[in-house]
Amino acid sequence: MINTYQHPDERGYYGVFGGAFIPEMLHRNVEELQERYLQIMGEASFQKELQELLSDYVGRPTPLYLAVRLSRKYGTNIYLKREDLCHTGAHKINNTIGQILLAERLGKKRIIAETGAGQHGVATATVCALKGVECVVFMGEKDIQRQAPNVARMKMLGAKVVPATSGSKTLKDATNEAIRDWINHPGDTHYIIGSVVGPHPYPDMVARFQSVISAEIRKQLKEKTGSELPTHVLACVGGGSNAAGAFFHFLDEPTVEIIAIEAAGHGVDSGMSAATTQLGLPGILHGSKSLLMQTPDGQVVEPHSISAGLDYPGIGPMHAHLYASGRGTFLSATDEEALDAAFELARLEGIIPALETAHALAILKKRKFKEQDRLVFSLSGRGDKDMSTYMTAGAERMDKNDHHSY
Amino acid sequence: MGRLSDLFNRKQRNVLNVYCTAGFPDLGSTIPVMQAIQESGADIIELGMPYSDPLADGPVIQASSSVALQNGMTLEVLFDQLRVMRANIHVPVILMGYMNPVMQFGFERFCRKASEVGVDGVILPDLPEFEFENEYGPIIKKHGLDAIFLVTPETSEDRVRKLDALSSGFLYAVSSSSITGSDKNMDEVGSYLKRLHGYGLKNPILVGFGIRDKTTFDQACTNAHGAIIGTAFIQAISGPANDLSAIPAFIKNIIGT
Repeated sequence: MINTYQHPDERGYYGVFGGAFIPEMLHRNVEELQERYLQIMGEASFQKELQELLSDYVGRPTPLYLAVRLSRKYGTNIYLKREDLCHTGAHKINNTIGQILLAERLGKKRIIAETGAGQHGVATATVCALKGVECVVFMGEKDIQRQAPNVARMKMLGAKVVPATSGSKTLKDATNEAIRDWINHPGDTHYIIGSVVGPHPYPDMVARFQSVISAEIRKQLKEKTGSELPTHVLACVGGGSNAAGAFFHFLDEPTVEIIAIEAAGHGVDSGMSAATTQLGLPGILHGSKSLLMQTPDGQVVEPHSISAGLDYPGIGPMHAHLYASGRGTFLSATDEEALDAAFELARLEGIIPALETAHALAILKKRKFKEQDRLVFSLSGRGDKDMSTYMTAGAERMDKNDHHSY
Repeated sequence: MGRLSDLFNRKQRNVLNVYCTAGFPDLGSTIPVMQAIQESGADIIELGMPYSDPLADGPVIQASSSVALQNGMTLEVLFDQLRVMRANIHVPVILMGYMNPVMQFGFERFCRKASEVGVDGVILPDLPEFEFENEYGPIIKKHGLDAIFLVTPETSEDRVRKLDALSSGFLYAVSSSSITGSDKNMDEVGSYLKRLHGYGLKNPILVGFGIRDKTTFDQACTNAHGAIIGTAFIQAISGPANDLSAIPAFIKNIIGT
């Protein structure tokens, strides 16, 4: 096998991370996916339908935008890959569109999903409505209270939203509940995982569906600059699906620096953080071996981030391998730094980013880039869903209506 | 070999395995609960090692794990409690739990400690057979522990045979594809168990998931060597007073003594 960072080996391992650590009750479902996902994704009829929907329904290709004022401020060249302009407002739908077509070909009649902030839940409810398939979304009881608008969107789209009341009542518990539901419905149900996590083949399958992001970046950058390759590609990482998609076609290009930005919360050492590579140890959660925030006794720790989409104690095995091998540079941004970056982008470029995305942009204040560098940021989602946080946590910044201080 | 094979040499029917969560209802309950289970007539004790994210378990067992963790249960504490176990506990004891805490403890260290305190076997439901064969199984065997795999009605015949070959002690037949604590159609379970029986496996079969009282225990035992009760037992000792006096009546009712 050719040495690549893009794909795991046949057992789902990226280096020492990955695999399928699942109870026997899930074996048949997972084995069916392992045996069929590549074959189904390779079928001409699948690709045709996928490409049509990505173009006519999702709105791809999304623009690659040279952010002029932001570039001038930081003395470098900054391109934004506008995943925020996808239907439903984030990159999540690239994956849910792919998986609903796969589920259809596997003959599944019922879809389940987990969601934290609700973006993946909305993207799943959307494609289920599109295909007329029953949809059940598991969401932590705490997140249901915090993310009321997205709960309403899912319900309006016809999905049933089930509160996860176990454990910490957030994303990891919603994932546990979705997995339990899958165990209880082995025949008719497909589980659409929202990130590059879970047992093999999910990390690889989701990365392949998201890889359209970097495939488009290469083409668009070539048209704009004459070169397909940026010097740096940057994305925020929770589980890591937008990062996997943005990095994918650059992973085996050694001249391109891969930069992942995790959520530091109140600070990496504050005890209120979600910076998994900084704080985690090798461990097993949700069916794969990766880096995991945990106690010395191996109990999973509840992370903290102002951004619900980064509030996850693990990280996809591909990213754990990028970190451990040194191929990727892993940095972090705090809640406050992300808020600053969100307001900066709003005032300099007229784009309100999702809080997750803002973590990636915050890195501009922390690392100096050269004048000739070409940076591509994955602008993974738009900030509409975060307006209540921007209005409360960002209240002081709101009242400073001043474009020039940025 | 050990206590499990001795047990099944002596008794091929109506073997009762009772699951309890270590450190539940109180941190110090582990040994008293095990002793009450043994004295009430159960044949095997399956001791759950609490984990924050027990994927294969339902809400009752997860809640007992959360309580145990809040009580301060860890693997270090557990092995300390179990040091004196064999002074009074003579039935086979199996540790059941998830891979992550075991990995953090150190897999080999875990097996060594388990063996030292007199544990007979382990059930690690999220340890896949490939990793078992290539990495972890030899360590389990080296320390003289039985490794017990799960099979379900969805498990193919080839795979049942393979998991039977990898297992020792007994094979854990999950009564249907579900998490613990769900209701089951025992007729369907019966035909599945007959199918397993027909394979002529090397290991005895114990049925788990959905066994909650004398009726379901007897039904399960008509086509297997015995059965495992977990959720219903945890419910029985989950009363407000953390009262262990419920244990003898609960178990004696099931085995009909």
